[in-house]
Amino acid sequence: MSLLSVSDLSVELAGNTILHDVALHIDRREIVTIVGPNGSGKSTLLRTIVGAIKPTAGSIKRESKLAIGYVPQHLRIDPTLPITVRRFLDLPKPVCGADAAQALKQVGTTNLESRQLTELSGGQFQRVLLARALIGKPDLLILDEATQGLDQLGSAAFYQLIDTIRNEIDCAVLMVSHELHVVMAASDRVICLNGHVCCEGHPEQVVSAPEYRALFGSGTQGALALYRHEHSHSHDADGNCE
Amino acid sequence: MNPLDHFLARAALAGLGVALAAAPLGCFVVWRRMAYFGDATAHASILGVALALAFSTSIWVGVLAMSMLMALTVTLLSNRGYAMDTLLGVIAHSALAIGLVAVSFLSDVRIDLMAYLFGDILAVSKFDLLIIWGGALLVIGLLLWRWRALLTSTLNPDLAYAAGFNPDREQLILTVALAIVVAVAIKVVGALLIAALLIIPAAAARALSATPEKMAALAAGIGATSALLGLVIAYQLDTPTGPTIVCVAAMIFALLNVYRLVSASKA
Repeated sequence: MSLLSVSDLSVELAGNTILHDVALHIDRREIVTIVGPNGSGKSTLLRTIVGAIKPTAGSIKRESKLAIGYVPQHLRIDPTLPITVRRFLDLPKPVCGADAAQALKQVGTTNLESRQLTELSGGQFQRVLLARALIGKPDLLILDEATQGLDQLGSAAFYQLIDTIRNEIDCAVLMVSHELHVVMAASDRVICLNGHVCCEGHPEQVVSAPEYRALFGSGTQGALALYRHEHSHSHDADGNCE
Repeated sequence: MNPLDHFLARAALAGLGVALAAAPLGCFVVWRRMAYFGDATAHASILGVALALAFSTSIWVGVLAMSMLMALTVTLLSNRGYAMDTLLGVIAHSALAIGLVAVSFLSDVRIDLMAYLFGDILAVSKFDLLIIWGGALLVIGLLLWRWRALLTSTLNPDLAYAAGFNPDREQLILTVALAIVVAVAIKVVGALLIAALLIIPAAAARALSATPEKMAALAAGIGATSALLGLVIAYQLDTPTGPTIVCVAAMIFALLNVYRLVSASKA
């Protein structure tokens, strides 16, 4: 049976239907990535799965005793709140020093324990967030735009790390990302979301699906073209390429 | 002789009780950027005083009811996403103004008003002490009981949900604690300066703290020191006690920040 299965899920926020009739499942050891345009309900879906939003309809079934490790999209620490990396790892439950050190080592950082969270670089901060999620020995790791604010090299390294961790602790991974090019390489399965599930399957299948092309571009302008499009040239006021 | 028979002993204990509860709660007020929220609740308490006097009930009851009502209203509105700084400004000052006008209708109590605006710690009775310490211990107990949930919710509501906490409930707990602190602090520092006892010790403690727990403990220490030192200075110099306590806290804030700047520039 799946670790987690969602069926007929609908979510309304402030009278707007954000998600309707969403069905998906995640199996053990699987890396599933949700892609979709802005406002397609990716974050809403993850937040509903972790329990931050109540669904209007539908159900979310978790395997019994499923441990979820959650890495949120934004974590803005108010500068008036002093908190060390070590203390942060104690939330929500206190952990022993060895476990904390182990989690930090797993994400490839060392000697960060006594540093303030606000002093960390973007990459270090994301790794600490990930370390905190790993401490509960999760069966399922949920990441919401975990590479926001990282450069391409940084995010590629981060996805590589996720893959390594999956192999180390045998967890499944559900994540949301904008970065189609890296995501496609790092995922076992891709779910294309736009209020509902447009299409899903292996990365290559999804890229060639008409629903996916309708959202992200067609023909040779698939995932790779979109990536180049975003980063290698600019547009003039009429939208023509320069 | 019972030491509580001396008004200075009662004043010291009253100041200590309020400071020990207000300072750790103040840390959350600072972390969550609720400073104006504290002001609105405190200002509404004057309306509570007016109502209590008009209906000849206990001041404590009137103040607690009014500050609880204000705190809940503001929480409800902020969750609906209104532009809070403007709205709180409107509500806070309206509540204070309405309270002041309402008190003026009660002609025989005009003398008392200063005591509620700026506090009258030297007039604290044994019964007042009981209420102050009861309220203070309740607030400290709430904070200790919910500490991890409060802290997780403050860092990030989604993290709290994922950990099985309900951030809305934690916010309600802070709201109730805030109303209790306002109620027990009004006789000590008065409605206009309650927010100072919440914010200044916490802000001062920030300079020297590496973890939230250290900041809360240090804030409690700074609050208690300000209360006792302020009381002694006010007695010596014959200055109003509530404002003197706040002056001492402000001085500690300035000293600690200068110390931090100096030690940072040496490093």
